[in-house]
Amino acid sequence: MAFPLLTFWLLAATAVVSAVLVITRRNPVHSAIFLIITLLSLALLYLQLSAEFLAAVQIILYIGGIMVLFLFVIMLVRLDIVTYQAPFNRQWHVAGLAALILLAEFALVFYRSRTLPTVAEAPPTILQPNTEQIGVTLFQNYLLPFEIASLLLLVAMVGAVLMARRR
Amino acid sequence: MPPTWYYLMLSGALFTIGVIGVLTRRNILIILMSIELILNAANLNLIAFSRQLNDISGQIFAIFVITVAAAEAAVGLGILIALFRLRQTVNADEIDLLKG
Repeated sequence: MAFPLLTFWLLAATAVVSAVLVITRRNPVHSAIFLIITLLSLALLYLQLSAEFLAAVQIILYIGGIMVLFLFVIMLVRLDIVTYQAPFNRQWHVAGLAALILLAEFALVFYRSRTLPTVAEAPPTILQPNTEQIGVTLFQNYLLPFEIASLLLLVAMVGAVLMARRR
Repeated sequence: MPPTWYYLMLSGALFTIGVIGVLTRRNILIILMSIELILNAANLNLIAFSRQLNDISGQIFAIFVITVAAAEAAVGLGILIALFRLRQTVNADEIDLLKG
């Protein structure tokens, strides 16, 4: 098997297995650790897709920022009760069935899409230099969404501080 | 290179796992983590198509998705802390204040 295909299968298997572990573990700390493994294998897949900047952003922002935030909150709320309670709610049969139907639809659509005529793949050098291209495109074509995103982050920050404030 | 539909399949699988987590778990923390899984599945789609079409815009969109995910996590966890102070629980099915 060719090396890119082998890495894809390894990373995909890691991502899916640890994602399943995320939603089945009782202890939220274990879930957070397995989510970090999923995010890490996705970052390596981004590298394979020649999105180096996003791989770095995934590791720095997701794993270094968001997951640390999650772990802090897990430490703040009391855990010992949660680990003894039932982890799944009462309608889990119906929910699981509906989600599996969703998965079947996805698989059908994506599997059929493989025979459709697609754009020919260019060599990966066309997206290089990655960071420079992202910067130029972000500030030339997507300047307004960029500013709106900064506004959204400001609102989220104020909201989070207000919500978690002790009164 | 693996064909693009491999990546789409992986993204669909991760999305479904996230949906199962959101629909079946009681712990709000795990529900928020499942939402992160769903957003990452969307990101993988965007980047795979960016590679397939040789267009950088998909990666820009992925950056915006990550921004929204960070904002969502911050606000969601703030709500969770406020709720835990009020009700001493992190289970989604025990939060029924509107039922009276």
